[in-house]
Amino acid sequence: MTMTRATTQRILLPLVGLLAVLAVWTVISQTIARDLPSPARTWDESRRYVLEPFFKDGEMNQGIGRLAFYSLVRVGKGFLLALAIGTPLGFLLGLSRAFHLAFDPIIQFLRPISPLAWLPLGLVIFQKSEPAAIFTIAVCAMWPTVINTAAGVRSISPDHLNVGRVLKLSRWKMLVKIIVPASLPYVFTGYRLSLGLAWLVIVASEMLTGTPGVGGFLWQEYNSLVYSHILLSVVTIGAIGFALDRLMGVVEARFRSA
Amino acid sequence: MAYLELRGLEKSYVTPRGTTRVLGGVDLTLEDGDFVAIVGYSGSGKTTLVSLIAGLLRPDAGTIVLDGAPVTEPDPERGIVFQQYSLLPWMTVFENVALAVDAVNPALGRTERRRITDELIALVNLTPAAWKRPRELSGGMRQRVAVARGLATRPKLLLMDEPFSALDALTRATLQDELLRIWGERRSTVILVTNDVDEAILLADRIYPLTPGPGAVLGPAIDVGLSRPRERRHLSLSPAYQKARQGIVEFLRACRRGAA
Ligand SMILES: Nc1ncnc2c1ncn2[C@@H]1O[C@H](COP(=O)(O)OP(=O)(O)OP(=O)(O)O)[C@@H](O)[C@H]1O
Ligand SMILES: [Mg+2]
Repeated sequence: MTMTRATTQRILLPLVGLLAVLAVWTVISQTIARDLPSPARTWDESRRYVLEPFFKDGEMNQGIGRLAFYSLVRVGKGFLLALAIGTPLGFLLGLSRAFHLAFDPIIQFLRPISPLAWLPLGLVIFQKSEPAAIFTIAVCAMWPTVINTAAGVRSISPDHLNVGRVLKLSRWKMLVKIIVPASLPYVFTGYRLSLGLAWLVIVASEMLTGTPGVGGFLWQEYNSLVYSHILLSVVTIGAIGFALDRLMGVVEARFRSA
Repeated sequence: MAYLELRGLEKSYVTPRGTTRVLGGVDLTLEDGDFVAIVGYSGSGKTTLVSLIAGLLRPDAGTIVLDGAPVTEPDPERGIVFQQYSLLPWMTVFENVALAVDAVNPALGRTERRRITDELIALVNLTPAAWKRPRELSGGMRQRVAVARGLATRPKLLLMDEPFSALDALTRATLQDELLRIWGERRSTVILVTNDVDEAILLADRIYPLTPGPGAVLGPAIDVGLSRPRERRHLSLSPAYQKARQGIVEFLRACRRGAA
């Protein structure tokens, strides 16, 4: 099979970009930031965590796969909670003018609050770090779902609503047959953005609560001065975030074309 | 009392940039089983009139009475084939038609409703495409689905808003012929709105010109003195056809000259 010029470039150029970043990283670690491990040293000291991703030598020393799994489970719970609250909230906002007038200002007010602010509040409410972390993820991650769902409902074509009106569909039928399916593409865009936010929040919340996971590991290794593991964590966080986004992108595309 | 009576229908749109007076007192009387066409220029208010009769819009003044009951809201007794196909894109052909069948036959069993839906799809020759979604269909096929959906409620009155205007000429001719056949099979009262005079003559018993707005009204009816069943091939040569065509075109031209 011969590769076209375009596909060669599509594979080659990202590699070039990667090498450039590694080169800059190396240079920085040799010059201005001598405490920063070079890429080679990072790999050397992280090898076991990557090659045996599921080893467990105690609570504080586990393979990166195991740590990522903990984080993913936590994100999954927080994300599902965000969808469970955010989706109906979005539909209510989109469907009812009164509801919109009542709650939109408060939502605009709550939306920009940082996870760092929600977490202590979660600890106060739940007294335990695990539910506090999940609460924080849900509260921070649900806004794109809320806002996109509401926008999706408002952008439904009047023609489609008229089809339902002419048939005198019941409110429930109208919702199930027309409003929900018509807004699904928007809803799933919201879900994708929410998942990205949830993954952003997990690191901060694990750091603050010291729960085991990629973020908790990062903070612990910083305190133990194992800087290469900070980089290992950073790369892992990025890789998983990227993979999650792609995954949701595929789901979203399915609904867009449906 | 006539089957359908429109009396003095007026409708204006109020926008931030001012008020557009679209309909200025539309009167129309139809008997049960009539097939009439309303012909008018683009923007004269045809869709507005159809929306009023459908109950999707409220008139500023005037009344609509269908079969003795005033029209105040949309109802499946007034089926409508929208100008844009407005099929629900997330549903298959079958589901689009079934939505309407199920809405008006809640008492019937599943198999019976299914049978009615299948029958309608067969009526518009779409049985092989029943499980496709609208985006997989050609424009002509989509409009067939819209016709099937419009008929699905067995409406007392079927409103068709430029049903074929988005189609190419050949497909349009095919669908017009099909509509003639379908109407032959299930006579119902039809108002066909169109900007195509030939389409109006081919399909309708009577044609009402809608004067160009603002403040559009219906002009005097022109009877299409052509017997049914009609055949497109022989039509354009017949004197009745020529007479009807001339009547409509001249009326609309005169209106436009008067306005200009
Ligand atoms: N929702 C609306 N708000 C304001 N003006 C409107 C609205 N709908 C239609 N109009 C105006 O009213 C007039 C009549 O519109 P209408 O859609 O009824 O015309 P039409 O005869 O169906 O035209 P076409 O042949 O292009 O479909 C137009 O001038 C249009 O700009
Ligand atoms: Mg129109």
